[in-house]
Amino acid sequence: MADAEPIKAIVTPVRLEYDFTAGKAATLFLRGLARKKIIGARSGPGQPVLVPPRGADPRTSELAAEAVEVKDTGTVVTYSIIRVPSENIKFELPYACVNVLLDGAAIGFFHVLQNCPLEDVRIGMRVRAKWVADDKLTTSVSSIEYFEPTGEPDVPYEKLRENT
Amino acid sequence: MRDVGILSFAQSNAKSELRNEVEILLPVVKEAVKASGLARNDIDFTCSGSSDFLQGQPFAFVMALDGVGAWPPIKESHVEMDGAWALYESWVKIQTGEVESALIYSFGKTSPGDLAEVLALQLDPYCVTQLWPDADSVAGIQARLFLERSGRSERDLAEIAVRSLADAKDNPHAVAKGDFDAAKLLSEPYRTSPLRDHDCPTNADGATVMVIASADIARKHGQRPVWIRGIDHRIDPPALGVRDLTRAPSAEIAAGKARVGADKIDFAEIDAPYTHQELILREALGLGDGVRVNPSGGSLCTRTLFSCGLNRIGDAYQRIASGDGDRAVALATAGHCLQQNLVCVLEGE
Amino acid sequence: MADAPDVLRGPHVLEYPFKRSLGPVLSRFFTSLRDRKFEGIEDKDGKVLVPPQEYDPQTGETLTEWVPVGPGGEIVSWSWVSKPRKKQPLDRPFAYALIKLDGADAPLLHAVDAGSEEKLSKGARVVPRWADEPKGGINDVVCFDLEGK
Repeated sequence: MADAEPIKAIVTPVRLEYDFTAGKAATLFLRGLARKKIIGARSGPGQPVLVPPRGADPRTSELAAEAVEVKDTGTVVTYSIIRVPSENIKFELPYACVNVLLDGAAIGFFHVLQNCPLEDVRIGMRVRAKWVADDKLTTSVSSIEYFEPTGEPDVPYEKLRENT
Repeated sequence: MRDVGILSFAQSNAKSELRNEVEILLPVVKEAVKASGLARNDIDFTCSGSSDFLQGQPFAFVMALDGVGAWPPIKESHVEMDGAWALYESWVKIQTGEVESALIYSFGKTSPGDLAEVLALQLDPYCVTQLWPDADSVAGIQARLFLERSGRSERDLAEIAVRSLADAKDNPHAVAKGDFDAAKLLSEPYRTSPLRDHDCPTNADGATVMVIASADIARKHGQRPVWIRGIDHRIDPPALGVRDLTRAPSAEIAAGKARVGADKIDFAEIDAPYTHQELILREALGLGDGVRVNPSGGSLCTRTLFSCGLNRIGDAYQRIASGDGDRAVALATAGHCLQQNLVCVLEGE
Repeated sequence: MADAPDVLRGPHVLEYPFKRSLGPVLSRFFTSLRDRKFEGIEDKDGKVLVPPQEYDPQTGETLTEWVPVGPGGEIVSWSWVSKPRKKQPLDRPFAYALIKLDGADAPLLHAVDAGSEEKLSKGARVVPRWADEPKGGINDVVCFDLEGK
């Protein structure tokens, strides 16, 4: 019965389950998505709007609890082309992952770009969110299916520099 | 050795928090920084203790920096340990003269995950973890050996619980507290023999912040300086079968290096999550029967994982600062069955 | 914004299908286990460690002397799990125990399916219950049974 081959490796799976509570900041954001809105937060009038909201403004560590709706259009501030497969990805490889500075926000927001040839993806490109059908909206970032180009003229780099 | 003093300490503990870690930490940082008398930007070094596995995400601790203030860029470090070890790193950095002050913080939420499973990851991944022993059962195995070796009884353990819960009533930051009767507690069934519910820690969510500084700054603070007179940490082998689980050799060595025995100890704050572990550590620290242990209620009553060790040091500091004692020892533990221990001796000026 | 706490909760799963390479010492231990044998290794004082370790826990020296141990052994200590959790070796109350296999000095942690806690005592003899289909790993021993069961 004994195999001749020695065992050189063993599989030791780890699966941990958490009952994750989103916290006030993330809840604000996720509830907004269910209503087809992108909600950011700032620590006070005139302060930078952070999307997604994180509870505190990282520059000052002041509480950032004032909700501010931002537009679902924005500008690509950086991007990466993904070629490595992963179980959880439902997009066809290769695809572009983009950091979008939404109109009204002070920092970029990560998502996926579709309907754009990869060689055309560029910093400064104007994009808009493609939402899922109304009956599929939920408290999740997947309420936005992807971003796609709007066709508007690019935003020059000088205007984006502070936010990249 | 440079004298290092504790300037301030603040903690937050709750049975279960709906706030996320940043939201919990923010007010605690504000409180400790304000009480330190230093401006946030004047604190040279920032060091944190927390566990990504507890939070459920890699690099989870990075998110907490939003609440602590990392702009303009700061000198920062992190340990996947209780905040007591972040204190140690900060103390060492001050010893080197590279910095004069440090902000130490720790946080953890025990409520979202299944703590028993998370802590099983601290065991040998090849030969033990896949049996998924929960931390209480592993502690139970140690408890049975200890009761046998020492001749102590389950009643002795119940009395530790009763005393701790009663003392915790005076601690606004304690989570479990109240008046209990040992005989009644002993009539309850075992949770995992020979331990009952009262022998096991009340786990909590929360955050802790401490500010320390070199002597020049500490003396300007305005309150009675509380000095870190000795601090050391040691670790025993992880395999449960190769060491005497009824003793804590690493705690004994650390206590010697921290010079616990050099002078009278007025009280001790010992991070013993299980009742029997308080007795093991009393022995290791060489504390006489007359020394008061855990006037705060200890980690048995409030086990904010990854903060509770630092909380023992902080509680000891506050007691000395308020004049209730001059010299104390605090101990933080890590790993199963008291595998790793940090001992800190505090003395008021 | 509403005053009542409105917080979203949801399940979050962290999963790692770790495949761990063993090195020569654990490879030999787990290969023997698959073949229904236990082996320990001597430390520098001649004490037999199970599971084996690559280096002496006190001195750090490389260990090389293998010793066959078990298959039976005796209970050194235990804790009775009255409410087993999922993933644990048994789904009815059982004990986690430190078991000193015959010929070994350092005890091994495993589960004992004693049926009831009254049947357990320090020194009680136990024998391994081997998995029908070993997959490689500590679970190739399903648990231990009281000898003579």
